[in-house]
Amino acid sequence: MMDKEQMKSLEDIFEAKIARDEKIEPKDWMPEKYRKTHIRQISQHAHSEIVGMLPEGNWISRAPSLRRKVALLAKVQDEAGHGLYLYSACETLGISREELYDQLHSGKAKYSSIFNYPTLTWADIGAIGWLVDGAAIINQVPLCSTSFGPYARAMVRVCKEESFHQRQGYEIMMTLCNGTQEQKDMAQDALNRWWWPSLMMLGPTDDESTHTEQSMKWKLKRKTNDELRQQFIDQTVPQADILGLKVPDDDLKYNTETGHYDFGEIDWEEFWQVVKGHGMCNKERISARKNAWDEGEWVRDAALAYADKQEEKQDVKEAVCY
Amino acid sequence: MEDNQTDKKNKSTISAERKNKKSWPLWEVFVRSKNGLEHRHFGSLHAPDADMALKNARDVYTRRSEGVSIWVVESKNIKASNPDDNGEMFEPAADKAYRHPTFYELPDDIEHM
Repeated sequence: MMDKEQMKSLEDIFEAKIARDEKIEPKDWMPEKYRKTHIRQISQHAHSEIVGMLPEGNWISRAPSLRRKVALLAKVQDEAGHGLYLYSACETLGISREELYDQLHSGKAKYSSIFNYPTLTWADIGAIGWLVDGAAIINQVPLCSTSFGPYARAMVRVCKEESFHQRQGYEIMMTLCNGTQEQKDMAQDALNRWWWPSLMMLGPTDDESTHTEQSMKWKLKRKTNDELRQQFIDQTVPQADILGLKVPDDDLKYNTETGHYDFGEIDWEEFWQVVKGHGMCNKERISARKNAWDEGEWVRDAALAYADKQEEKQDVKEAVCY
Repeated sequence: MEDNQTDKKNKSTISAERKNKKSWPLWEVFVRSKNGLEHRHFGSLHAPDADMALKNARDVYTRRSEGVSIWVVESKNIKASNPDDNGEMFEPAADKAYRHPTFYELPDDIEHM
């Protein structure tokens, strides 16, 4: 058993390592809280990628052209890939894939609440790529240099692939905005519905965010939620202008003094409602996910049975040969 | 009542079975990004056997032509050094400066050495 002093010195060495920008690898000593926080954040991130496939998957069969369909398919496949990179990174911290899935399916683990909103029209696919992936990129880029090695490496891969997602979304919006009045209205309606939830995606305000200080120290966060949100707004509003769409915020105004956009009050009550499970699609998402997992069980079992049988055959063959 | 109990029993046996069930093992994936370069560790994944691991690795790690060759190794077959032993493992190299060319003193006007 380690005494308190020993523990303290291990922790000091650990913190100093992170301060020097050295990476922490899975077998290195780490404080229990570091391990737990990382399991929570990485798994939440993985779950978000996996559940994130559902609202978009909804439109694959109804994409308006083959070009759009292959792009959307590739994007959804990327989300699956990102989920898998992240689950693997998370497992290096000593939790199994089964436990992670259980936490998602039982509702114990959270995922990004943005995916509890419905995708009503094709324009939503454009808005998601443009806004939701845009906000995700802002969140994710700083994570490429986070302190936990496997997470940072997964994020480098994710970020490399993510920019196509945002561009394909913006192109969809662009096409709609250059189309008929009806198509333009559809794009405006999608922006109206996805704007505020996208701002919420960057997390509660700094004074409400409980983990920020610790996360900054561990480089799990490099900028605060409010800084990230401001960055998102500043870069997205001009993109909306180019589309000729109106951001649904009457208080939105460029502030020449600060060089940033001032914006209106976010409805945090809505955010917490969705986080707590009362969003429009919370139940639908989890049940679709559980369904997919349960109905795939026989496939997983069959693959395993086949693998066992092949192995046995191989053993017999080797025994005969010798 | 009786029915209810059997039902309960069945449910608990099922979940116990599920717990004991073997899950797909973990594999480490190494990818050679082009000929002339070494295989590099890319990440890991779960698969029932080596063939499926290879196919899954193709889909998960090389969707954008990242590789020309893939190795998969079941993770349990990798023996890794323990960072706690890094002292005895790697420090012996630290005081052997004579293994480096800069250890040797040469006159300044010597060239190409």
